[in-house]
Amino acid sequence: MFFRKSPWIIHYDATSCNGCDIEVVASLTPLYDLERFGIINTGNPKHADIFVVTGSVNESSRAVVKNIYDQMPNPKVVVAVGICATSGGIFRECYNVLGGVDKVIPVDVYVPGCAARPESIIDGIIKALDILERRSREFRKTKREARRQERKLRRYHLDD
Amino acid sequence: MTPIDYYIHLDSIYLKAAIYIVLAPLLGGLLAGVDRKLSARMQGRIGPPVLQPFYDVLKLFQKEKIIVNKFQNFNVILFFVFMVFTGSLFFLGGDLLLVIFALTLAGVFFALAGFSVNSPYCHVGAERELIQMMSYDPMIILVAVGMYQVTGTFRVDAIALYDEPLILYLPGVFLGYLHVLTIKLRKSPFDLSMSAHAHQELVSGLKTEFSGTTLAMIEIGHWYENVLLLGIIYLFFSFNSIVGVAAMLLLYFFEIVIDNTYARFKWELTFKSTWVVTALFGAANIIILYFAMRP
Repeated sequence: MFFRKSPWIIHYDATSCNGCDIEVVASLTPLYDLERFGIINTGNPKHADIFVVTGSVNESSRAVVKNIYDQMPNPKVVVAVGICATSGGIFRECYNVLGGVDKVIPVDVYVPGCAARPESIIDGIIKALDILERRSREFRKTKREARRQERKLRRYHLDD
Repeated sequence: MTPIDYYIHLDSIYLKAAIYIVLAPLLGGLLAGVDRKLSARMQGRIGPPVLQPFYDVLKLFQKEKIIVNKFQNFNVILFFVFMVFTGSLFFLGGDLLLVIFALTLAGVFFALAGFSVNSPYCHVGAERELIQMMSYDPMIILVAVGMYQVTGTFRVDAIALYDEPLILYLPGVFLGYLHVLTIKLRKSPFDLSMSAHAHQELVSGLKTEFSGTTLAMIEIGHWYENVLLLGIIYLFFSFNSIVGVAAMLLLYFFEIVIDNTYARFKWELTFKSTWVVTALFGAANIIILYFAMRP
């Protein structure tokens, strides 16, 4: 219920020309002011809810992307910003490029553009909030079910 | 009779403790929200809603728990418990010296929490936290000493009911306390060990490895701490509760201005400047008072 009001972001640039990278930072400036939605750029995967990736994934950044995603506590969503992050863009055919971010981790929102404009980045992140909210409900449900399952198992062992 | 006078004259310590334990986090969270809003306005932004810190903490309670070391959460819980204990002692009118040592104990557990995980960011953050404690502790002890010199007691309730304004006797101690208040509130230029803002050199410093419920407890612990620190400001102006509250709010605003106008200091400068201020304002005030008050 509170994920929509307080989504914290971590931002990582997998490769690319840094254009989208700069646009993501631009959306935090006073002109666009992402913080009015409660969005904070944490820079720390353990505090983050939304993973914003720019740039295509290559052989050396693949482990980093995977690592950051694994370190984020559930529930979490991934937003791929820029055409490189969605499909590999003009770097698609390069010998070391795997393609978009979805080749390594599941992506929830794709924000196209070269470079993606701050307006569309903000729009993409606001879209991701709905998904985050849904995922948090699912997360709570699975947690409840796991607890029920565990209780059932314990009762079973007591009967032995 | 203002609500604060009413609170000081309450007889039941249980009622006093209950009021503090319930109201302090609400007040602390609200202050943090006002802080973020005002900071945003000073930077020409709209800023988050005033209730944003509460949304953040309630969200953190719903996140998955990731624990890298079993002692990590133990230390944070001890930090939280001692922080609530310290504040309760103060607001029940207990001994000011005991309050200060319990506050230090809470700080030690917080630093231990940082040392208990393997992340180098946490370790550097915890080391800086210890350096900060070394910097501000002498000045905070001088606050207690100065208040004792004037009022003849260490008991907070007796100091709060003292008729004459303490600020007139302890202007130097007060300035020294203002200096260390910036460290204690974790404001720039002294936000070395951890920072609310992203893109500092230490990721999130001391709290890098803490997530979910534990991080929420750290936040709420700091709300309790901030209310306690503002309570100490009140003691300087306790001759009139309206003046006291006005001073607390004004100085909190002043800290926000400082936060938004300074870049971060290095630890050497933090340490040296704090001890120079402690000696120049704090100790000098105590010495002058000693000779002036001698019968």
